[in-house]
Amino acid sequence: MLTYTIRRLVLSVPTLLFIALAIFMLLQLAPGDPMAQVPLTVPPEVKQKMREALGLGAPAHIQFFKWLKQFFIIEPMVFIDWLTNTSAWFSWLPNTDFYTPCGPTVEGDCDLRMLSWQTRSPVMDMVIQRLPQTLWVVGLAYVVAFMIAIPIGIYSAYKQYSVFDQAGTFITMIGFSVPPFFTGPLLIVIFSVYYGWFPSIYDTTHVVNDWDSMVVQIKQMIMPVMVLALQVTAQISRFMRASMLDNLKQDYVRTARAKGLSEMAVVLVHVLRNSMIAVVTVIALAIPGIFGGSIITERVFKVNGIGDALIGALFASDMPMVMTLTFIFAILIVLANIFADVMYGVLDPRIRYD
Amino acid sequence: MTEEIVAIEALQDNAPLKPHRSQGQEIWLQFRQHKGAMMGGGFLLFITLAVLFGSLIWQVDPGKLDIRAKNYHPIYTALWDSEAKTGWNHPLGTDQLGRDGLANMIAGGRTSLAVGWAAMLLSLFLGAMIGVLAGYFKKLDGPLMRLTDLFLSLPILPLLLVAVTLFRQPLRTAFGSPEAGMFVLIVGVIGITSWMHTARIVRGDVLALKEREFVLAARSAGTTSRGIITRHLLPNVISPIVVSATFGLATAIITESSLSFLGVGFPSDFPTWGKMLADAVPRMQEYPERVMLPGVAISLTVLAVNYLGDGLRDALDPRIRGR
Repeated sequence: MLTYTIRRLVLSVPTLLFIALAIFMLLQLAPGDPMAQVPLTVPPEVKQKMREALGLGAPAHIQFFKWLKQFFIIEPMVFIDWLTNTSAWFSWLPNTDFYTPCGPTVEGDCDLRMLSWQTRSPVMDMVIQRLPQTLWVVGLAYVVAFMIAIPIGIYSAYKQYSVFDQAGTFITMIGFSVPPFFTGPLLIVIFSVYYGWFPSIYDTTHVVNDWDSMVVQIKQMIMPVMVLALQVTAQISRFMRASMLDNLKQDYVRTARAKGLSEMAVVLVHVLRNSMIAVVTVIALAIPGIFGGSIITERVFKVNGIGDALIGALFASDMPMVMTLTFIFAILIVLANIFADVMYGVLDPRIRYD
Repeated sequence: MTEEIVAIEALQDNAPLKPHRSQGQEIWLQFRQHKGAMMGGGFLLFITLAVLFGSLIWQVDPGKLDIRAKNYHPIYTALWDSEAKTGWNHPLGTDQLGRDGLANMIAGGRTSLAVGWAAMLLSLFLGAMIGVLAGYFKKLDGPLMRLTDLFLSLPILPLLLVAVTLFRQPLRTAFGSPEAGMFVLIVGVIGITSWMHTARIVRGDVLALKEREFVLAARSAGTTSRGIITRHLLPNVISPIVVSATFGLATAIITESSLSFLGVGFPSDFPTWGKMLADAVPRMQEYPERVMLPGVAISLTVLAVNYLGDGLRDALDPRIRGR
């Protein structure tokens, strides 16, 4: 299983490189001009110089390889330096000094970090600041969705065509069909405006250090997480129901009942375990949709995540930021797919990849 | 001398044989039993007709500014709030500029559904073509399926956002009017990024079908590959294609509305359901109906399409049919 994981990780490198190239070509072909916001009084030759200062003068392939070098070599160096020098967990490691910043005093080789055109600050610093919010919301949405969907799926399969099953099917259909940009404002109107239970804006600067601040944090996470979880719940419980129904008709279930096992043990141990295998594929299927949904949720609840940053960067024609953020979305999706495939092998002993 | 052969009692037909039914009738009978699918299909038909011909009945220009009658509530608000500003000349109210709500719903629905249908047809065409080619020609199978896997791991919504934002200007100039350029762009990008599931299903079915005897018979009769694909394979994979078409339609409508909601869709004076919803969100405390109406319209349409797909899947599957 380890060799399989490693092989998948290695094989994902060309995929990711190809995706990077595709995104880069898309951005190259696009006519957006980062100088469009500069006042018209600035003479054209100065504008040209500003373009060259942004690195736009170089041919396309040089720009691409420069981006690759910055993303895969320079930024990891900065990250390792940060880990060993200042971070809380790894500062006991010997201090490293891979990254040499450029400046007037530096002689010889130096490393240029990827700079955002909006703020002139390193892109990766902003990504590192914003990534945790996105991952928290998406991850929690998955956990909540699993906790809601699995019991619904089990019970509605066990009592097929009962009232509970019909209602469950209807509710999951609604969850499937109602888009997050509708449920988001709807929840805000109901729970923030009329009842005033939860804040409508996610406060990223909120620090959790005691019980009260924890309650505030939970309150502000509930709505974004629920909006995202509704979509995933619908998908998972449908899959769960279908796969439970398949398994309940199998011979081993009759055997288990015949040897006198309690109904509880039959359903929750034998059938559930076998049904979970199929549900793992839903993780992989739902991931691109869930990250798309997270962009909208972040926009609705003003969560300061990478989806929100992507939209801001797009409207400002901030190409390095757009390129990096889109690529990070691609990495997250590819990693989630690999995780799902590996889980598939771990859960199902019949599947052997080696 | 011949004796009449009489079946033993157990084998005798004690009821008249059921009349023979064609495949179409079988499918229709099974489909009719799925109440949700019937209602879904009915609602989809209704909403399609409403947005197509509604503007003939309700002849108000959606862009007309009735400045004396702005911020009207829908007429049903008068039921519980007799003070509310309502009027029969604007049954679904007006927005802050005095544009008629009903006319905007009709025009917006027309755009949303048109984008949905066109994008669905494009992605079906691409998916069916790639699926058939990959399933039928062994040489193409590897590369095309790698391509499908690659597309499946693309971050779809971020890429859509990038493409729509960056290519809006040149397409506007290329197609003359901004709406036409945007329509082609949105339909194109949604179609190109959503064919993968259809392709996988079609490929799987074609792989199984092409080993069957009737394909062998057709080939030994000298039918070309093109003939086998169009005459023998495509009619047999039509049911999975139809089912994935319904889900494709639902996804396309939601994706178009998401783009409009994020502010990168059609130009601002061109109504779509997603755009109306996004415009109404800042003032949804005072005018919740302006969020509810387009939101409910999108949700009900998608719900109807999903139920229709569910029913079609049951009706077109011969293993389930007749049970």
